[in-house]
Amino acid sequence: METAIRIKDLNVFAGKTQILNDINVEIPKNEITVILGPSGCGKTTLLKCMNRLTDLYPELKVSGEILINDKNIFAPGADISKLRQSMGLLSQRPYPLPMTIYNNIAYALKLRGVRGRRKLHLLVMDYLKQANLYEEVRQRLREPASRLSIGQQQRLCLARGLAVNPDIILADEPTSALDPISSRFIDEKFQEIKPHFTIVVVTHVLRQARRIADNVIFMYMGEVVEQGPAKEFFENPREEKTKSYLEGMFN
Amino acid sequence: MKRTLKAEETFFRVLMNLTTAFILIILGIIIYSVFEKGMKAMSWEMLTSVPSGGYYYGKGGGILNAIVGSLVLAFGATILAFLIGLPVALYMNVFLVRRKRLVNLIRFILDLIWGVPSIVYGAFGFTLMVLVGLQTSLLAGIITVTLFILPIMIRSMDEILRTVPMGLSEATYSLGSNKSELAFKIFTRQSVSGIITAVLLSFGRAIGDAASVLFTAGYTDNLPNSLMEPVATLPLSIFFQLASPVPEVQARAYASALVLTVIILIVSLFSRGLGKRYHKTKINF
Repeated sequence: METAIRIKDLNVFAGKTQILNDINVEIPKNEITVILGPSGCGKTTLLKCMNRLTDLYPELKVSGEILINDKNIFAPGADISKLRQSMGLLSQRPYPLPMTIYNNIAYALKLRGVRGRRKLHLLVMDYLKQANLYEEVRQRLREPASRLSIGQQQRLCLARGLAVNPDIILADEPTSALDPISSRFIDEKFQEIKPHFTIVVVTHVLRQARRIADNVIFMYMGEVVEQGPAKEFFENPREEKTKSYLEGMFN
Repeated sequence: MKRTLKAEETFFRVLMNLTTAFILIILGIIIYSVFEKGMKAMSWEMLTSVPSGGYYYGKGGGILNAIVGSLVLAFGATILAFLIGLPVALYMNVFLVRRKRLVNLIRFILDLIWGVPSIVYGAFGFTLMVLVGLQTSLLAGIITVTLFILPIMIRSMDEILRTVPMGLSEATYSLGSNKSELAFKIFTRQSVSGIITAVLLSFGRAIGDAASVLFTAGYTDNLPNSLMEPVATLPLSIFFQLASPVPEVQARAYASALVLTVIILIVSLFSRGLGKRYHKTKINF
């Protein structure tokens, strides 16, 4: 099995508090890896380290290595724009860009280097269809994206994330704000596209993890407690903490 | 216990109502007296002609010179301040986002110079003019008023740009955008109504200020026709007419004040309307 993301000795401090403590994990290619753990255990921070969104927060001090295609993303001179483009991000709440529905996707395509009106149009339609949004919005492509419902916005963000043509998809509790139908669509979509993408999903919902995970990284208080294939993790956990979490002791 | 709480609440509610009523009454009196005295001297001639010979002794003419002069000067200064202020506000909120202390220092300094009285800007502008050999002129007035409204412009845009959620920055960066794209394509669009409100607010300040243009823009009875010549402004026109011993001219000062009030009223209503629209989009989000 190939490894897509290899994290070595990752430590993150916010001032004097340590948020992540000696993280060493490997995320396999073209599978769904779920980062599981109770609230405040550092899951989101770990995810944000992978595309260096941690750079935006001056209080975070990051050390260690994250290797993607054997290149350390923290190395000086790393092309951050390119790195981020190789990963689609789906956040907890959808953040549509302040422009039309059409332009939300066209903007991503243009950043990827797609030129030409016809080509853009075809690709925008294609990504809208992939996100199961085309039928709902085809009459209102020129309306501001903020007029869509939250579920539609999240699917638009998924379409936009796919439009940059990434290898990896990072999703931070992507369904926590959504209605059940949109949630199920996102989960199913991940299953459908995983032959082509490495997908990392952060969640604290055990049921969702059981449903979609191929691999699980279980975190507690800033440390990785256990990691491995989902089947093993759920049926035969090695660590005491994992067992009690699975039995619902933390929630 | 319950009774004292209730008494306390009643006390503060009455106090709040009283102070609000007090402010509204004073405001009403000001507007009423401006309208009442101004309408008497108001005429079509006031609005459409420049002062003719003997205007300041009560003869014919109007304040078109000051109306046009004020509008030109305020427009010029607002555009200039916008061109400088928007990039500064964007820079503070996009490029300096990691340097919170520095940004807070900049905000503090801007708030300080916001509070500097406009006569000080007038004096400063005058010193600057002497330094570069510029005479009282439209250009000197525009530059001085630009300096005067710049902190207002930057800080009010800054307050709007601050409200752009971090998640939107993250989403934009994660598509591979760089900082200038985030600033000019996303931040400006997200805050467009707020930015317009900031511009209109600054325009209102620019057109209403007398002290900053006193030494720098000068005064003239002619319509402005060159950047290098003095220009009349409404606040100064009010000041000069009010200082006249002739009652007709004093009445015209109120008519001028009425014109200025109406201009500012229109600008405020515009910015209020836009501000409301801005809030609505926020809720829809």
